[in-house]
Amino acid sequence: MSPDWTSLNRATPDWTSLDRVPRRPSPDSALRIAWVYPDLLSTYGDRGNLLVLAYRAALRGLAVEAVEVRSDHAVPIDADIYLLGGGEDGPQALAARRLAADGGLASAVNRGATVFAVCAGYQLLGRSFFAKGQKCGGLGLLDLESDRGPSRAVGELAGEVHAALGLPTLTGFENHGGRTHLGPDVRPLATVSAGVGNDGLCEGAWQGSVLGTYSHGPALSRNPALADLLLCWATGRPALDPVDDTWPEQLRAERLAAVHLAAH
Amino acid sequence: MRTTLAAAVTRGVAALSRIAGRGDGSVIGGRVGMMIDPALLTHLAGGRRMALVSGTNGKTTTTRLTAAALGVLGPVATNSYGANMPAGHTTALARAGDTPYGVLEVDEHYLGRVLDETGAEVVALLNLSRDQLDRAKEVAMMAQLWRDALQGRAITIVANADDPLVTFAAAGHPRVTWVGAGQRWYDDSWVCPECGGAIKRADADGAGEPQIAGGGGAPDADWRCTGCDLCRPSPQWTITGDSVVDPTGGRHQVLLELPGRVNRANAATALAVAAHFGVSPADALPRLAEVASVAGRYARVQRDGRAVRLLLAKNPAGWLEAFDMADDAPTLLAVNARGPDGLDTSWLFDVDFSPLRGRRVLITGDRAHDLAVRLSVNGVPFEHVPGLRAAVATVPPGQLEIIANYTAFQDIRTELNRVT
Repeated sequence: MSPDWTSLNRATPDWTSLDRVPRRPSPDSALRIAWVYPDLLSTYGDRGNLLVLAYRAALRGLAVEAVEVRSDHAVPIDADIYLLGGGEDGPQALAARRLAADGGLASAVNRGATVFAVCAGYQLLGRSFFAKGQKCGGLGLLDLESDRGPSRAVGELAGEVHAALGLPTLTGFENHGGRTHLGPDVRPLATVSAGVGNDGLCEGAWQGSVLGTYSHGPALSRNPALADLLLCWATGRPALDPVDDTWPEQLRAERLAAVHLAAH
Repeated sequence: MRTTLAAAVTRGVAALSRIAGRGDGSVIGGRVGMMIDPALLTHLAGGRRMALVSGTNGKTTTTRLTAAALGVLGPVATNSYGANMPAGHTTALARAGDTPYGVLEVDEHYLGRVLDETGAEVVALLNLSRDQLDRAKEVAMMAQLWRDALQGRAITIVANADDPLVTFAAAGHPRVTWVGAGQRWYDDSWVCPECGGAIKRADADGAGEPQIAGGGGAPDADWRCTGCDLCRPSPQWTITGDSVVDPTGGRHQVLLELPGRVNRANAATALAVAAHFGVSPADALPRLAEVASVAGRYARVQRDGRAVRLLLAKNPAGWLEAFDMADDAPTLLAVNARGPDGLDTSWLFDVDFSPLRGRRVLITGDRAHDLAVRLSVNGVPFEHVPGLRAAVATVPPGQLEIIANYTAFQDIRTELNRVT
């Protein structure tokens, strides 16, 4: 069953306020965001990344179409941005199996689509991960492997973002038991200055336009510049018009101060 | 002898703790008593006919309403301070002395143990949804835990037919009274806990698909699993407008001091539990109407010409219910992320705040900046204020509704002089 963008894109309370987000079939130029398997990979506020991207796109006058792809549906191959959230071990393993069998996400990545994945979604983009004590095959879209760490990492996560991405300090909240080891084809998203991330030293990974992080849930709410980077990747624009980020900046300053870092 | 001593010590320690200003003593008293007599809760419950109330949201209120209803029959022991683990239960029963009845609010994790220790004959199951996930068990696991805890017990279960997880936990038990208590929050029950299939709801945009913006739908929409037989049981007790309909078809207008449909649903559950003990809705309803506040919740307090009302919302489902309960008036939202709240504020993006559009919204609390970002994305205009005093000074004379999560609620309650 292939997704029908028109019928699945429905007006929701969150969207109706954003006059610039079309409620009905939008022009072919609309930015298409697919939230992959929210029935399996959505533990805590994962919807936030979709809402933040749509909000920031709308502020720039970009038309957005969103689709929520449940695990019993085919993953569309024509979206511009794919989002994957966090999940418990069982749903994570199931999501990896279904995504591998479906193949839609891999073909989208091959044609250059943007992917943003957090926590369990990040792990399953790698070559392998552990769920319920079993080693599971991942999608191999990021050159990395995950195993179990000595303890659960729960708390604030922060670090300087890889210079090539040109972003300010990463801030987030992590809650995971895994440790992730990067291969030569990926670069770390950040070096860790608070929290654990991949292994206590580096955090997250990116390869082409596929980016993953242990900063869970609505990671983009604290990292508006990262949200804008994803929008740039997806639209091919070199930059986006600046917007009023007073509140996100205050939130960032507060959270970075909580781990004794200065926002910049 | 040991039990008598342990009970006396429990009361004494609780009283000392209160006098020392260390809280109301509900937990420490019971802990000390249980050191002297490990079976103290069982001994204290013996001789009483007991009912338990559990669920993610509405426990304290429903326990209070149920105790009020059973009051028709005689004195009722209850843990009205919301201390809902065995130490709190022990203190509550020790303080109450001999009473023929007992109603206890039970933390979801402790349901099996408290059933074992109290020999309760009725259990009311309200709802299950995500609640502080950095600490609590996954919601579906909790449903399984309940199911295992209830299996094979000679009890009556009063269960919410509108919550698939509650239905899963109670289904198959020989004696279940179903209440159409409603569910606004759908996002923890799109997947069948029995078979993993998709759950369809009659009102969810025609197709029964989840909505991207979250939130919920009609509180008592029909639902069924597409993969197995699990479906909404036909409830014996239902809510229609401001009335509760009992299993005989009798319709009772429910006039409560407590606001919102969710409290009418809590009242229906209380009536169903009370009916098991032989109390008729007609006798119980006047008692329910007398309940005006529950541990500071819902109480209206006058402050500088403003009628301030405090509502507690501890998790996404609770926030949706609070929006329904709050009047269309200036509203202060207060959010902290201290230990009891959970340190993670991600849940703010699980809540759709759009019902507040059109109201004047003020925000405060340790994590007001998180809330500010959430409301911006949600298209809800707001003003940031330093605290309760500033909020009261900011709004014109009239009503001020406050919705706060746990420690923010306690802070404001203290500032309002410990309203009860």
